[in-house]
Amino acid sequence: MRILLMGNPNVGKSVLFSRLTGLGVIASNYPGTTVSYTRGSMQLNGTTVEVVDVPGSYTLDPTSEAENVALQMLETGDIIVNVVDATNLERNLYLTVQLLERKIPMVVALNMWDDTTHQGITIDMDRLRMRLKVPVVPTVAVTGEGVKQLVELLHTAAITDIPVRNQDERWITIGSIINEVQRLVHHHHTWRNRLADASVQPVTGGILAMAILCGSFFLVRFLGESLIDYLVNPVFNTLWAPILEKFSSFLGGAGLLHNLLIGKLIDGQVDFVQSFGLLSSGLYVPFGMVLPYIISFYLALGILEDSGYLPRLAILMDTVMHHLGLHGYAIIPTLLGLGCNVPGVLATRILESRRERFIAATLISIAIPCAALQAMILGILGKHGIQYVAIVYGTLFAAWLITGFILRHMVKGFAPELLIEIPPYRLPIWQAVLRKLRMRVSGFLIEAVPIIMVTVLVINIVHYLGILDNIARLTSPVVTGLWGLPKEAATAIIVGFMRKDMAVGLLMPLALSVEQATVACVVLAMFFPCVATFAVLFKELGFRDTVKATGIMFLAASTIGGILRLILSL
Amino acid sequence: MPIKLETTLDRMSNGQKGIIVNINGGQGLINRLSALGIMKGKRVTKVSNMIMHGPVTAEVGQTRIAMGHNMAGKVIVEVASP
Repeated sequence: MRILLMGNPNVGKSVLFSRLTGLGVIASNYPGTTVSYTRGSMQLNGTTVEVVDVPGSYTLDPTSEAENVALQMLETGDIIVNVVDATNLERNLYLTVQLLERKIPMVVALNMWDDTTHQGITIDMDRLRMRLKVPVVPTVAVTGEGVKQLVELLHTAAITDIPVRNQDERWITIGSIINEVQRLVHHHHTWRNRLADASVQPVTGGILAMAILCGSFFLVRFLGESLIDYLVNPVFNTLWAPILEKFSSFLGGAGLLHNLLIGKLIDGQVDFVQSFGLLSSGLYVPFGMVLPYIISFYLALGILEDSGYLPRLAILMDTVMHHLGLHGYAIIPTLLGLGCNVPGVLATRILESRRERFIAATLISIAIPCAALQAMILGILGKHGIQYVAIVYGTLFAAWLITGFILRHMVKGFAPELLIEIPPYRLPIWQAVLRKLRMRVSGFLIEAVPIIMVTVLVINIVHYLGILDNIARLTSPVVTGLWGLPKEAATAIIVGFMRKDMAVGLLMPLALSVEQATVACVVLAMFFPCVATFAVLFKELGFRDTVKATGIMFLAASTIGGILRLILSL
Repeated sequence: MPIKLETTLDRMSNGQKGIIVNINGGQGLINRLSALGIMKGKRVTKVSNMIMHGPVTAEVGQTRIAMGHNMAGKVIVEVASP
């Protein structure tokens, strides 16, 4: 048996899903967090039933890929739990009525029930049950209130015998239901309303956006650096380094096994970044350099997501995004891409047209550096001064604008206009923010760390066999001729296909000048997406568009790398 | 009795209230807007306008919606004259 959680975007389906199944799924305060379905299971009267978290949708006439997913899922459900935002009953009932017309047993969860009181809304539950002729349960998914009753009522899920109607007839029905069950009392403007108004006005909104984005950047930097300086580095330097040194001399300081596990000694010492062994760089790069920034980035992103600010940012960015052939909401996949390109590319499903999805996904994989790469860029360039880090970010931002501008004119079609619901501001709930952070961090550990280990292993073996020298010779016209890097940097760029963070680690032993390192960071960021991003691009865009996107990346990285080299050598 | 005037959502001033009397677009637009609760007969309050023909934000029922400037130009609203 399969139970579908369906409803409008941003009504709390994913939170309810977590409550029912115990599984963690990402939930945020903006429409379109869930773009693909998640399956889980729960116990119902002694049997295991499947529960599916379906992407939110306003109607059963889909306008985006995410809504398409919802419609396809609908055919496969045995019971529907229609999750309804109780503070927004009238609009939510449209989907409810459409779902009733499908004649699948249904239960309605009136979620965010706790918010109705202070918004001056009263809903007559009994009358609503009578009108819909299906069970209705008030719930507060974030606290778990009402979830038990919902589960107990699942076996009473009912089919209402109503005819399939057109849009106007549905709205007439809904109007009469609302008149009968809902009473509104005028409520006073709260600080949230005032903030909500200010953040979508041109001047105050712009100032607020600058403050929020700068604040987030400094929070990420400060927290990441603090974790490195006061927690991670002391552990590695005082605890792990002595063990490795002993182990190194035990293995005799050289040889294949030594090189695989510990790597090459730099000035007779183990160097956590440059030695490139499994137990040195293989552990230090992911845990010592990247993880602290993954934690700090996703903490900041989680707070932003749950506050409800992101759709406001989309409004402010709309005009700029139209120059790139997109509309403002594309800023959300882009921001997600700053954590990891994979969820960024997946999130392009919230955009309406295939053209927009192609442009957004291509731009993310070209010009949006993931958190792991950013951590390494800060690691390698930060010590030379923040201006070099700024050059990398500035160049990538310019590449994002220029490539987008070109794509807008190259790819046929037009940019649809923005049309989004703006969620109310909510104070982020700490438990929810930390739960989401934990899921994303463990996602990094489970998915990225094994790839890093394999990369270190493969690079060592390939290096031992001498294959890398041949590759370096072959690619030197571009690497050396165009970008002005030593030919050994080719290895790093190839490794960038596996993991960008490890690639930057490979640049360290090359004794690059700071200008070369800057060019190398930009080229690494732009050149090729890592294998995980490549796989998801392929899945989302198909073969032909992935080839196109790759070609564009190749051109953009070559050109911009070359231009930056020229500028920096002036 | 105040005189009723027809205008479009993009031309209303911030904070101004009115009633939507028509959506000047094809069925596709009408469907998309009505899914979000923007349709004939609804009370609407204009919230803001971004500069350079950016999105228009409005409140309909308990929902805040942002839409492109051109789209807002297709939402015909009846307002009381000031």
